[in-house]
Amino acid sequence: MIWLTWRQLRIQAAAVYALVAAAAVTLAITGPRLVRLAGKDGQIFDRLTQGDRNLFFTGIIVMAVAPAVIGVFWGAPMVARELEAGTHRLIWNQSVTRSRWLATKLGITALASALAVGALSLAVTWWSKPVDGAMSQTHGSLPSRLTPVTFAMRGIVPIGYAVFALVLGVAIGLVVRRPVPAMAITLVLYIFVQIAVPLWVRPHLATPIRENVSFSRQRMDGIMADASGKAMRITLNTGSQGNWVLTNETINAAGQATALPSWMNQCLPGPPAPGPDRSVVVEAPPIEGCLTRLNAEGYRQHIVYQPANRFWRLQWTETAMFLAFSGVLTWFSFWWIRRRVS
Amino acid sequence: MTAIVRADGLGKRYRGNWALSNCTLEIPAGSVSGLVGPNGAGKTTLLNLAVGMLAPTAGTIEVCGGRPGADAAQLAKVGYVAQDTPTYPGLTVAEHLRLGAHLNPRWDDAVAQSRVDRLGLDPGKRAGKLSGGQRAQLALTLGLAKRPDLLILDEPVSSLDPLARREFLQSLMEAVAEHELSVLLSSHVVSDLERVCDHLVVLVDSEVRVEGDVETLLNTHHRLTGPQRDTSRLPANQHLVSASHTDRQSTLVVRTEAPILDPAWTVGQLSLEDIVLAYMERAAPAGGVPKQATLEALR
Repeated sequence: MIWLTWRQLRIQAAAVYALVAAAAVTLAITGPRLVRLAGKDGQIFDRLTQGDRNLFFTGIIVMAVAPAVIGVFWGAPMVARELEAGTHRLIWNQSVTRSRWLATKLGITALASALAVGALSLAVTWWSKPVDGAMSQTHGSLPSRLTPVTFAMRGIVPIGYAVFALVLGVAIGLVVRRPVPAMAITLVLYIFVQIAVPLWVRPHLATPIRENVSFSRQRMDGIMADASGKAMRITLNTGSQGNWVLTNETINAAGQATALPSWMNQCLPGPPAPGPDRSVVVEAPPIEGCLTRLNAEGYRQHIVYQPANRFWRLQWTETAMFLAFSGVLTWFSFWWIRRRVS
Repeated sequence: MTAIVRADGLGKRYRGNWALSNCTLEIPAGSVSGLVGPNGAGKTTLLNLAVGMLAPTAGTIEVCGGRPGADAAQLAKVGYVAQDTPTYPGLTVAEHLRLGAHLNPRWDDAVAQSRVDRLGLDPGKRAGKLSGGQRAQLALTLGLAKRPDLLILDEPVSSLDPLARREFLQSLMEAVAEHELSVLLSSHVVSDLERVCDHLVVLVDSEVRVEGDVETLLNTHHRLTGPQRDTSRLPANQHLVSASHTDRQSTLVVRTEAPILDPAWTVGQLSLEDIVLAYMERAAPAGGVPKQATLEALR
């Protein structure tokens, strides 16, 4: 059974492992430079080339796509192709029960998926470590590793996603019985889960920290205004870097989310001076007075966030959650192959 | 006589339609049994129940003394060459044998190798590149080298040309003689089965119409031709199978153990195909297209 599994998987496995190896080599060549840059001082962002930034975002995309590839190309066809070609009638009539057949195929393929995506994640995580969350005072920043853009592309969570995508594909293939529709449905469902989890599930995996903060110059993050110069929103920072901010809203003395008072319009800086040099900071009118007045009128900023030091706790929890999903789908697949498939 | 397949009130329903109903039969060990019936009569359903690919909706079936597909030991006792003789197109002939050797504790590699040699199958050739006849032979090789007590074949020759058909059945019969195994094979072509079977089951409209040794069937079925008469006045020991009437004449097919004494009848011999056709005819709806239309008369 192990030989047959290997024989039927070897071409797909070779393709995926070749891509993983190519990615690992690319990262191994370019990675040490970033480590050296990070060693110098805290200003790594300004030293990154466009190529570095492209590689950073390519890494994110590759990690987002890899589990889907495994689910679509390894998972969905695994049983569906046999059912479509009728070869299940050959293989299930050897002296091996179909449960053992499925257990071996699923077990080996899940292991191969975990290894491939685990190795890829290790390489990408190592490469990105110096630059994750890198910030510049003036030019912008790269997302920190806890934000939804990167969280599921670092550490051990990708392994959970890959195993889940594989088992999802197998289960759908069993029910749909034809590989191509099974692949399409797997892809759609996987993308849905990939979007739904950071939006609705991950924020609640650990109780987030809630704070009502008074306004101060140090905590100011930004003020947004619309085209007419009307102040729309004010945001404060969490006081430390790398946190995943879930809510950042102004509340009134009664504790309800509210719009900014209209007198805040006077506190805004004018439009940037025309000219080529955009980096010149337009001096705002003294804002301290406005912030003091906000505090005095009972306004506070309500901030809900997951702190950066919960990265590994959230990683383990989310991985466990995806392995639990995979367990349920595996149980379903075994039940279905015994009862419902002929 | 011990039974290698014993079904009692066996039935299988798919979404409200009975593909097989109230099937009771006993197939003797050591026999080569034919399962014949028109397309859609429930042959594949019965065979799938016998290998455990399907679970029965009603009744019981026992194969080689156990519940079909119950465990690995039961699977080892029953070989199955499924309809259209499925093989893995991407695997070579040699890899198919390796697969069989890995997955079957009773695997007989000498049998497999010598069959492949004798058939002239190139071990390095992918199964997808084989002709239909070669693929069927490869599937049969897998089924035989597994060394089962019972080999079940579902329409193994239906997609083969007449020559490949004959070769396939011939090599099946040689293997039966050599390994003393029981065989149950289905076909909608009576002439195929006539050559090889010593036991026959006729399945029409998801029901067993008649079952028995071929010799007994031939000896107990008669064609009676005579002046037209009412078929309800036949002696009690004569079971009417089919009847056709013209203005003057009646032609009946009856089953009886006793000799035909009525001098009005001209008694004729029936071939196995005639008998099978008679049972299928009876099932045909009045005025409708007779079921025998679907029965190919290939020789």
